[in-house]
Parts: sequence; structure tokens; C-alpha cells
Amino acid sequence: MSHQDELIATDILAYLDAQEHKSFLRFITCGSVDDGKSTLIGRLLYDSKLVYEDQLAAVEHDSKKSGTTGSKPDLALLVDGLAAEREQGITIDVAYRFFSTDKRKFIVADTPGHEQYTRNMATGASTADLAIILIDARNGVQVQTRRHSYIASLLGIRHVVVAINKMDLVDFSQHAFNSIEAEYRSFAEDLDFEEIVFIPMSALDGDNITRRSERCEWYDHKTLMEHLETVEITKARNDCGFRLPVQWVNRPDLDFRGYAGTIAAGTVKLGDEIIVTPSGQRSKVKAIVTQSGELEEAQADQAITLTLEDEIDISRGDLLCSKGNPAEQSDQFAAHLIWMNENMMFPGRQYLLKTNNQLVSATITELKHKVDVNNFAHEAGKTLALNEVGVCNISLAKPIAFDPYKDNRHTGSFVLINRQTNETVGVGMLDFSLRRAANVHWQALEVGKPERATQKHQKPAVLWFTGLSGAGKSTIANFVEKKLFDLGRHTYILDGDNVRHGLNNDLGFTDADRVENIRRVSETAKLMSDAGLITLVSFISPFRAERQMARALMDDGEFVEIYVNTPLEVAESRDVKGLYKKARAGELENFTGISSDYQPPRHAEIEVNTVGTSAEQAAEQIVDYLTEKGYLLVR
Amino acid sequence: MKELTHLERLEAESIHIMREVAAECEKPVMLYSVGKDSSVMLQLALKAFYPSKPPFPLLHVDTTWKFREMIAFRDKTVKKLGLELLVYINSEGVEQGVGPFSHGSAVHTDVMKTQALKQALDKYGFDAAFGGARRDEEKSRAKERIFSFRSAGHRWDPKNQRPELWNIYNTKIAKGESIRVFPMSNWTELDIWQYIYKEQIKIPSLYFAAKRSVVERDGMMIMADDDRLPLQPGEKPVAKMVRFRTLGCYPLTGAVESNAATLPEIIQETLLTTTSERQGRLIDHDQSASMEKKKQEGYF
Repeated sequence: MSHQDELIATDILAYLDAQEHKSFLRFITCGSVDDGKSTLIGRLLYDSKLVYEDQLAAVEHDSKKSGTTGSKPDLALLVDGLAAEREQGITIDVAYRFFSTDKRKFIVADTPGHEQYTRNMATGASTADLAIILIDARNGVQVQTRRHSYIASLLGIRHVVVAINKMDLVDFSQHAFNSIEAEYRSFAEDLDFEEIVFIPMSALDGDNITRRSERCEWYDHKTLMEHLETVEITKARNDCGFRLPVQWVNRPDLDFRGYAGTIAAGTVKLGDEIIVTPSGQRSKVKAIVTQSGELEEAQADQAITLTLEDEIDISRGDLLCSKGNPAEQSDQFAAHLIWMNENMMFPGRQYLLKTNNQLVSATITELKHKVDVNNFAHEAGKTLALNEVGVCNISLAKPIAFDPYKDNRHTGSFVLINRQTNETVGVGMLDFSLRRAANVHWQALEVGKPERATQKHQKPAVLWFTGLSGAGKSTIANFVEKKLFDLGRHTYILDGDNVRHGLNNDLGFTDADRVENIRRVSETAKLMSDAGLITLVSFISPFRAERQMARALMDDGEFVEIYVNTPLEVAESRDVKGLYKKARAGELENFTGISSDYQPPRHAEIEVNTVGTSAEQAAEQIVDYLTEKGYLLVR
Repeated sequence: MKELTHLERLEAESIHIMREVAAECEKPVMLYSVGKDSSVMLQLALKAFYPSKPPFPLLHVDTTWKFREMIAFRDKTVKKLGLELLVYINSEGVEQGVGPFSHGSAVHTDVMKTQALKQALDKYGFDAAFGGARRDEEKSRAKERIFSFRSAGHRWDPKNQRPELWNIYNTKIAKGESIRVFPMSNWTELDIWQYIYKEQIKIPSLYFAAKRSVVERDGMMIMADDDRLPLQPGEKPVAKMVRFRTLGCYPLTGAVESNAATLPEIIQETLLTTTSERQGRLIDHDQSASMEKKKQEGYF
């Protein structure tokens, strides 16, 4: 089966020893339907003697049935996997192939060439370090050649082999070869490649794949296999200082607290000083734990478990960084996006954004422009359809730690998930933070939220009173605050009307202003929680989405939604501020309950019914809830 | 630092995948079939969570026709490691007397393995199940994602797979759906053997050549592991030096003649052999796209 038959047969132990130290290369092959891509991979497998007799017999059998190569065995049949693909003779999905030589082990991502499969090519390219781009010598550089090159460059591949195939059909003409090389080089100037190598070949016959072609003596550089075995992948990428995204916190017992993850960049040694983002806390590496013993140091791509000198609070999603070179953090980004779903991308819609270990709510705030993957031109557009590429601004519900994708693939990449269907609908590469303060790191403070709250003998909470105008929200909130005050707790009320006189006096009642109104109040409540206070927010807040937004901003268990349930007739009959009368007279637009919807909470923590219950009784019910749930610590 | 070797890279990738499942899925399980791939997968799980134990149980779907040594090896292994093992047998199939001889390999495999697995996953409500399958085993596996989604009826839709980029895995599923996770997707058969050798992982002795009593049938050598093997006219068990390249139901698993009694000798033989690994398994021969069909129906 393999290349070193002799050594295997005579000295298996020596062979195994040599195998242990083999290096590794992942590459992608891209080309159009008829460029001979599957044939090339079949040839690599065949020539490295990785095709078993029974497999070859099956291919010879199938070649007679559906092959396209006449009397020669159709090596493409070795790699076209799914039944539908075999019938149609095209490659639809990414397929991964494995082969090895004496020097290296290879994983090939075999990806389809059609424009409608851009997403599959991007998938294959995301884990590859080198791309083989096939060109049919008879046709030269095509539209798809540019597309494949652009996507390879976009996904961060820096090494390219341009395989000029089917040279047998142009009599191995050096002139044809040279003119294709010149044309390729001229457009590739716009791309981000470090090295481009051109090789004339015939995948069908095997010229310049593993065997030097006798039919083109003018070519005296490496064969494809020689190049793949020796190419040095630049280590410059992923070189932004030590990065360990915490994947899983390992706590077998009270004495051990380890942070498990795969090193995304750099190296780490015992005693190294690290900084935790986003908290900004610092510590030193105490041990690098593995099952086979503790390590002195570890490097990128190793999956390790670290313990630290200090007991600090670190959880999944945090990023451990070298002290001198921490990652940036931001909640606003410019990013390249590839859309991967039949349902189009719309700015303003909420998605889940998953990076390496972090999961946050995200909105694409603006599509700056689309990119035509065939000619790299920028085009205006409002949406992205399947397989389209664009440059977007993205806004997150909370900041994440990151590096620009060009510096690190692992800490600069993300996928977007549809909240309803759970599908992966888009993928992206972070370019840069849109906030000028990006390089200002959170100051880790000695006194934190838990300390402030404990001092006040309470757990911070945001009591969010929602309900119709005139339902009794403010009245009840006032009673609650008075009771808490009497109990010696620390509180503050944010009232809708009052806040609009100051902080939000620049906002009107349009939809956009209402959302901004809630956002500012939520952020203010969050700061007060951080200060350890129990904050009472009394806002109509008619829409579930806004209340959800506020809830998402707070820590788990901190947001207590209180539905002040008063029927419209009752609220309207009270009409303390005379607003219902005005609204009925058509003097107030968008008035909740009259000309605008109120969406009652589905899962409010507390519901108070003001018909038959006095405001004071309702307040008691709320304080009882807080006592029961442990918000008010016993002194 | 020294560049990582390909085995070190594969190991790290598998560990990353296992930790991601442990962190994100509610109720994962590891399918443990006692074979060499399962043995490697178990070793990787021990490493991934050390010093903790793997935070999920092992599940063995027992068709009741496994080699007796596999069952003994299984019980010894989990006892030594102190892990939780769930064994599931399709009791309906047992009641109906389903077996490879009475019902043929296709029905037996479907009822006692495929259906049994679905029943077990439903019974315990697992939302993620690790499997030891590799992309180099078979053509349709080559295109399957590492995180492979199953509908509430356990079906795989090869046309509707989620894009899987970098090492970011989308683990979101709706109620009733589940994920099959293949942490060793990128390993090859040779990698498995090398790793077993390097890590000195224990595997059942059936993999090593020994004198065993076998009958020849349809070009395969079947070991008479118990007295349920009906002998056909003219068949007579003979003692031969044989070993097994894969382990499964003994009536469906052909032995190969071999003198390879040590790991290096097995690797040597594997490297010099000229037929692919799954040839010893009856179920792949039916038709060229058979595995893809089986997988759509829920076969692991």
C-alpha cells in the first residue's frame, strides 16, 4: 500500500519512528467542473500508493459504467463521494482526503468550483494553509480562477500553487504556460498571497504530479508533490502573542481549578504572566496540566489545561492573553461576511454570533458594500444573498475579545446562527474594531460588584415594572422602594417620565427613539447593578423584544420582570395624567393600548393584578419574592 | 519549540471537539463499541478532561452477537477506569429472535444495531453522541461534518449539512434533534494504529494473530465464537492462525490469516496489505452507495 515498502518490510520499528516525526499540511484544491480537480486528487492518492486493490477494481468497474476517460481508469471516481454527485459527475460538497508521503501527512479539502458553491470552498479554505488552483491550459485564466483566488485570499491562505493542467492537450507549450502565468500574476497583485508557484501538468497522465514529465523539458522546477512536501508555511500568521480561549473549566474537586482550551496563538511557559480578557485580571501560569504529566511550555494548536497562581474568576468564553500583548475588545466591528443561507441577510435582524468559545447576540448594522467575487469590484447593496460576500458593520450585545483575522484566524473568525432555525447562515472575518477606545482595556478594579453588593447586604437586581400607562407601575415601585429603604437596603428608581426630562430629553417617540430610550435606561440600570444597588425601573416598555434586550444585558438572575397587570378599561378609567382622553381624541399618536400594541410578558418573574389588590399589597408581594429568592441577605 | 507532529495535531483537534461538546451540549454520551477506534476515542476523552473524568457516560449497543471477548474486555475496561457504562439491547429484536443467521445480515444490523441505537438515544434523551467514525473509511463519510445533525427521527440529510469553518462548531439544536459528533474524523487507519502503539493503548486480543477455530464461508473466515454458529453440510471448523482487522458481530466479521502477534507486526501487515479495511465487513458490499443510505436512515 505505501511508499516505503522496503523499510516497512525489513524494519517496522525504524519505520514507525520515522513516521512519528512527520509534519503536516492541510491544503485545498479548487477548480471548475472540467479542470480535472478530482482527477488530480485521485492521481495524488494513486501515485502515493494509497489506493487499495479492491478500491481500484471498483473504480475500474465504475469507469466502464460512468467514466469519462475512455480506456484509462477514471481516477476522479476515487473521490466523488455522494451518490448524487456520482450520477451528475460533479462535486457538490467539501470532501476531505488523506494521504501521506515519507515526509508529510496531508489532508486535502476537495471543494466544488461553481459560483453557487462559494460557501463550500470557503469551508475548505478555512482550515487550509495552501491552495492548489487548477487552470485548464486550453482556456487560461477564467472568471472562476479569479473567484477561487479571491476566496482563498479572503480566508487567509498565503501559499498558492497554480496548477496549469491538461498540458498534454496544448502539446506542453511553454508559450501557453508563460502567458497564463503572466495573466495570473497581474490580477493576483490585488490579493494577499505571499508565494505563488506555477506548475505545468497532466493529472490524467501523471506528468509533474509525482513524476517529472518527459514531455516538457523546459520546466525544471519542483513537481507538485515535491513542492507540497517541502513548502514552508509561514508562521507569521497567528503570531499575535499568547492566546488561550477558555473552552471548559475543569473542576474535579475543590482543590483544582483548571482552564482547558486549545492555544490559538503563541506559546506559554510556567510562570508566564497572563491577563484575562475581558475582566483585565492578571495572574501567573502555575502549571500546564496534561494526563501524561505537566509540561514546561506549550504552543499554538495544543489542547491544554492551565492552572493559575491566583484564585480569580474565569469562565468559558474568556481569553487568556500574554500580559504584554493582550487581545482587543469591542462590541462594534467592521468585518468581511460570506453569506451561506438561502434566506438573505438583512441589516437590523438579530443573529447569534459564535466565535471560538464566545456566543453573543449580534446585529449587522450596515452593509457597507458587496464584493463581486469574480472581479473584486465593490458594489452597493442592501442585503446579501447565498454565496455573496460583503463588508459589514456589526454590533454585539456585549464586547468580545478578538484579534483581526489577518493576525489570527482562530481569534478573528466567527459564524452567524439563525435564532429560529439554528442554522449557520453566515461566516465572517473580523477586520477591526469601530470604537476608538478599542485599545483601552477594562481596568480590573480591586473592589468589584460582589464586594459592593455584599457591603450592602443584598444581591443587585433590576426590578423591571412593565404595564399600560396608568396601570400603577410608579405607585407600586414607590411603595417597594420605601419598604426596602426601611429594611436598610440600597435602591434607586428610574422612572420613565423623569428620565425623559434629563438623560433622554433628546429622544422623541419614533420606533427608533423608543428603542434608544430603553437601551439607555437598561445601560444605566446595569451600571447601578454594578454598584450593588437594587434598581427599580418603571417603564411602559410595551414590546417583548426591548424587555428581552434589557434582560440580556444583565447577569443571570439579576433581571426581575414585574408585570403590572391592569385591564385597559381600568387604566383608562383612572387616567391620572389625562393621556387616555387625549389619545382617544386623536391628539397622541402611538399611544400604548389605544393606537399601539402592548405585548404582555410571557414569563414574568412576578405578576401583580391591581384589580382587587392595593398598591401596598402588591409591593409586599414583590418584597416577599425578593426575600424568598435571596436578594436580601440576612444581616 | 519543536513543531507539532501530525499525531499531536490530530490529538489536539479531537480533544478540542470533545471539550466543545462537554461545554455546550446538555446530555452527551460516547458510543463505545470496544474496537480499536473506540479505544483510541476513550483514551482521547480521558486526556481531554484530565484530571476530571469524562463528563458523560459510555453507551454500548450490544447486538448480542458480539465476540465474547469484546464483552469481557468492555467490562474490564470501564471497571478499571471507573467510568459509567450503559449497555443497550433491543429487547423487541431479542423477543423476535432476530439474528444474522435467521434474518440475514441486513435485517440483523438494522434491528439490533441501527434501531437499537435510535431507541437507546431516545430512551436516555441524549442530545449529542460521540462516534469513532473516520472520513477515510468510506466515501460518503468523507463529506460528513464533524458535528453531524440528526432530525428528531435520527435522519441524516447529506444535502443540508451546516457549514463548518475553522474550529467553530454550531451546537444549537431544537428539541428532539441530536448531534452525532465524530472527533476522529480526520484520522486515518494508520494514524489509529500509530497512536495505539505510541500511547500503548490496550485493545482486545482478537486483533492479534492466534490459533482460532474458523469455518470458511462465502470467501470469509468466520470464527466459531459460540455454539450458535450453524454449520452447513461439509463445513468443519479448522484451527488457523488468524486475526481480525475490525470487530463487530462475530458471524459478520471475517478473520484474516496472519502471524502478526504484536502491534508493530499488525501495523506492518496493515501497511503492506492491498485491500481496504472495511472489506472484512459484510454490510458494505450490498451496493456501492449502501453506506450513504444506511447513514440517512440512522446507522452511525
